[in-house]
Amino acid sequence: MRSKARQKKYAGLYLILPWWLGFLLFKCYPFLSSLVYSFHDYNLFKTPTFLGLGNYVKILKDPLIMRAFVQTFKYAFLTVPLELGFALFIAYILNTKIKGVNFFRTAYYIPSILGGSVSIAVLWRFLFKTEGLINMLLSKIGMEPFNWLGDPDGAFWVIVLLRIWQFGSPMVIFLAALKGVSEDLYEAASIDGAGKVRQFFSITVPLITPVIFYNFVTQLCNKFQEFNGPFIITQGGPLRATTLVSLLVYNNAFRNYEMGMASAIAWLLFLIIMTLTAVSFISQKYWVYYSDEDGR
Amino acid sequence: MTREMRGRVQTVLRYVVLIVVGMFMVYPLIWMVGASFMTNQQIFSGVGFIPKSPTLDGYIRGFAGYQGMNLLYFMFNTYKFVLPKVLFTVVSSTVTAYGFARFDFPGKKFSFAVLLSTLFLPQVVLNVPQYILFDQMGWLDSYLPIVVPSLLAADTYFVYMQIQFLRGIPRELEEAAQIDGCGIMQRLWYVIVPMLKPSIVSCALFQFMWASNDFMGPLIYINTVAKYPVSIFLRMSMDADVGFEWNRVLAMSLIAIIPSLVVFFLAQDSFVDGIAAGGVKG
Repeated sequence: MRSKARQKKYAGLYLILPWWLGFLLFKCYPFLSSLVYSFHDYNLFKTPTFLGLGNYVKILKDPLIMRAFVQTFKYAFLTVPLELGFALFIAYILNTKIKGVNFFRTAYYIPSILGGSVSIAVLWRFLFKTEGLINMLLSKIGMEPFNWLGDPDGAFWVIVLLRIWQFGSPMVIFLAALKGVSEDLYEAASIDGAGKVRQFFSITVPLITPVIFYNFVTQLCNKFQEFNGPFIITQGGPLRATTLVSLLVYNNAFRNYEMGMASAIAWLLFLIIMTLTAVSFISQKYWVYYSDEDGR
Repeated sequence: MTREMRGRVQTVLRYVVLIVVGMFMVYPLIWMVGASFMTNQQIFSGVGFIPKSPTLDGYIRGFAGYQGMNLLYFMFNTYKFVLPKVLFTVVSSTVTAYGFARFDFPGKKFSFAVLLSTLFLPQVVLNVPQYILFDQMGWLDSYLPIVVPSLLAADTYFVYMQIQFLRGIPRELEEAAQIDGCGIMQRLWYVIVPMLKPSIVSCALFQFMWASNDFMGPLIYINTVAKYPVSIFLRMSMDADVGFEWNRVLAMSLIAIIPSLVVFFLAQDSFVDGIAAGGVKG
């Protein structure tokens, strides 16, 4: 009887044991070891030597690395608001009583499903070629063709646009949240004379702030680590305009095998992401509205 | 303007916005389909997507292959690790979620806090040390680094999703099953799994998409051409072909996403439900 009670007490622990093992081996150990590597001059083919903060000092003094951080900030703070704003706007339109909602929802969602694939990156490179579809359309409305992939700002916008094109997944999340806002509130507001725009900002937005918050934090975290778009489409160029931090980590680690330097850059990025996430969580109490108190 | 007219104008305006945005979303894909049947001279000759003199040239050369390995060979490589990964993820995330959602045990709060914190752990900080770890284990140039972690519920997002779903399911049936003498694993298999089906399905679907789109994993771990998944193969051919064989590259890219498209259209609703549930509850 006693052993049975014991078994019951630990049953849950046995069930989550594989996860713990995976966590320790594939997350915790690598996480801590990369901090250690970041303090070393560690070329994969040589023995590591201790550098202290050497790698970090080098990063701060290297204008090319700092430029990658600046571009990454620009990228994240450009894409996240544009993508989320657009997603919310379209979700709001889709939430009204119109026919064919499912059709539009599907059409808008497909790019999110396929967007991360190499196929789409290939397509994107074709679209933005000098003689590609985008320039042909621009010339139809009388604009000069633009060398998108050859111009630093142009190339930067190409990878930003690729992300905004994938606004479908935050949109689906917004749509589900909008469905949860009670009709009565809108009716009451319109009896009180509030127009559509006023209703949107005074009722809709406050009520879905938890979802805005969720989308914001997850997207920000993803955008700071963006890799595929700039790596495949623009290959970090031209003039390193699309060399984001994750590309720098990749180049250092897997082209030059400078594991220490790569770890230091990754850790700096990690600290930035963590700080922004923490700030977002703290800022919640000023702008995020939870209807039930058990919300995080 | 009467109220009714204003309503009508608004509806028309909404459709205009939705259709214009829809064109931007879908036209690149439609163009891709059309262009893959064009000759190379035609591709950049106009904005239309209907080929003037359709040709299978791109497809024929797309399947021609490379040192005895063709497109289908590389696609097969992709699914060699995607399918086990999906299966392992489903099993491990269900078992872990079951443990968290239905049992009390010493250190549960702490374990859950750790689980939540890994949701926010950026992959970029793990790439380098994981590579070194897999190198030391002798796993490089195999699919093990991609597949084995999912056996141990490494994709915490799915565990979290399943926990959230399980919390919404009443416990009565399990309690009844327990009184009837069902053990822990029997309850999992006969009671939990059937009820958890929607969540398991979306878990499998998302992992399928993410794993098939995964580019960085294979890029880092696989270095033998014969083991390349289609994503790496496509990038290789794109870099090699830029400048001439456009229809071939487009045709290959299109074929490579067909499995994902088929899965998506077969299970659209599960995708939408899955993403909405995870987001709203998260």
